Amino acid sequence: MRKQFVTTVEEILKKDERAVLLLGDIGVFGFRNAFKNYPDRVYNIGILEQSTISMASGLSITGLIPIVHTIAPFLTERCFEQIKDDFGYQKLGGNLVSVGASYDYAGLGCTHHCPADVPILMNIPDVQIIVPGTSEDFDTLFKESYSNGKLKYFRLSERENQTKVPVKFGKANVIKKGKSGTVIAVGPLLDKVINATKDIDVTVIYLTTLRPFDTETVQKNITGGKVFICEPYYSGAITEEIIKASKDPLKIEFLGVPKEFLTNYGTKEEHDEHLGFTEKNILTRIKKLIHE
Amino acid sequence: MKKLQTEILQNAFSSKEGHIPSSLSILDILWVLYSKILKVNPKKPHDPNRDYFILSKGHASLGLYSVLAEKGFFDKKKLKDFCRYESILGGHPNRNKVPGVEASTGSLGHGLPIAVGIAKGLKIQKKKQKVFVIIGDGESNEGTIWESALLASHHKLDNLCCIVDHNHSGDRALDLGNLENKFSSFGWDCMTINGHDQKEIEKALKTKHANVPLAIIAKTIKGYGIKALENNSAWHHKSPNQEEFEGLMKELS
Repeated sequence: MRKQFVTTVEEILKKDERAVLLLGDIGVFGFRNAFKNYPDRVYNIGILEQSTISMASGLSITGLIPIVHTIAPFLTERCFEQIKDDFGYQKLGGNLVSVGASYDYAGLGCTHHCPADVPILMNIPDVQIIVPGTSEDFDTLFKESYSNGKLKYFRLSERENQTKVPVKFGKANVIKKGKSGTVIAVGPLLDKVINATKDIDVTVIYLTTLRPFDTETVQKNITGGKVFICEPYYSGAITEEIIKASKDPLKIEFLGVPKEFLTNYGTKEEHDEHLGFTEKNILTRIKKLIHE
Repeated sequence: MKKLQTEILQNAFSSKEGHIPSSLSILDILWVLYSKILKVNPKKPHDPNRDYFILSKGHASLGLYSVLAEKGFFDKKKLKDFCRYESILGGHPNRNKVPGVEASTGSLGHGLPIAVGIAKGLKIQKKKQKVFVIIGDGESNEGTIWESALLASHHKLDNLCCIVDHNHSGDRALDLGNLENKFSSFGWDCMTINGHDQKEIEKALKTKHANVPLAIIAKTIKGYGIKALENNSAWHHKSPNQEEFEGLMKELS
């Protein structure tokens, strides 16, 4: 997904002179050609994330389209107030693109974990949040929205779905229809959800744009009054939207990252196992919900 | 200036809101900026060829509003609505409500990096306008001020001028030492002036500073013009009662 980010942004830099890329001292090698080809619009700004966000809002005031890229905790948690005041409150457009969200950098410890990115940004009105599940998703969703005048947060993941689905910004995809309940898979969790649910009669919805939330599609596809939400960040970021989308009371269960410090290291797969992000656990949890 | 000072006092009194001494501290600087320096058109506040001014210490909004109204950016009658529920004029300025306001400030340490972004954006687009920003000395505690100082000199933003309203209100917390030396060591051209001498302010703001940003350390008095308020921290965020208002107005008359 990171390679796709480079390819997509290079294409945009080529065709849109308003696009300006600000790197927080990461991705410099990946963007080496962009540095060469667009020296006036590609910068390694340095390790000063808060000022980078404010500076990006200043670029936006002059009519440019900033794309800011660094590691998730430094881009979101460290800069929450800059995102809130300088983009949200000021109603300015721009693009924040993170890597290393949740525990993608498992071995680096909790300072580099960030399962809070999506939930905290949900607290800033009008910030649009995109969690692509594949490189193709990112390419499509970024190109559709990068210049839409809103602030967007794109969460690049270290893992990709093998399942390819034609996504559209602001729209959910219905992967299959069933009667016993609805499973919502966010971004890179789609493969696991598809495999886990292949023999059970549930609807599966794939979400890549979390805000603006596709209420219409979700509303039409809630089945059995039961919803299982599979999300790769702290649980709960889209629960309110799902409850609002339903005309009837719902029984909802979650699989998300629990609100605890993950003080073990290892690999993201080991953390998946520990936290229950496995096909087996997903199937067990869904069966329990639909048979209750 | 008396007229503007009186307006600030009256509006703070009637609204029971506002930071009077902080506003008086920068009034001379604001007046010189809008009278002699900034290329702005009150009838076309979004003119793409305008200069930019950002009040990073947004709590001094009463001062900015008085000057903007005096220059015709909006009807002076609006000043009377300061901080009322439906007013466009809040305790901190909002760029989406107030004609002439370029950035919504309030939380300290945001205006300078935004100004850096505007200055850089103008450079990228090969535009010639200038960007001016006023920060406070207390605000200079914020790390983003010094992050921005690094960025501005690294990117050779000679279209950026930062005025530090050095009224020493932050002294009770942190000793900033020699601000001129600090900005100089960050690669800025720097000078110290009397922030209430309008001729000196104008001369400083017109200083050429090729390839580097300019910092002007303006020695100011918090509450300047009304002796009872000057350097009196009790008045930082306080509006006068009837009796106090009458006393302060007498001082101005």
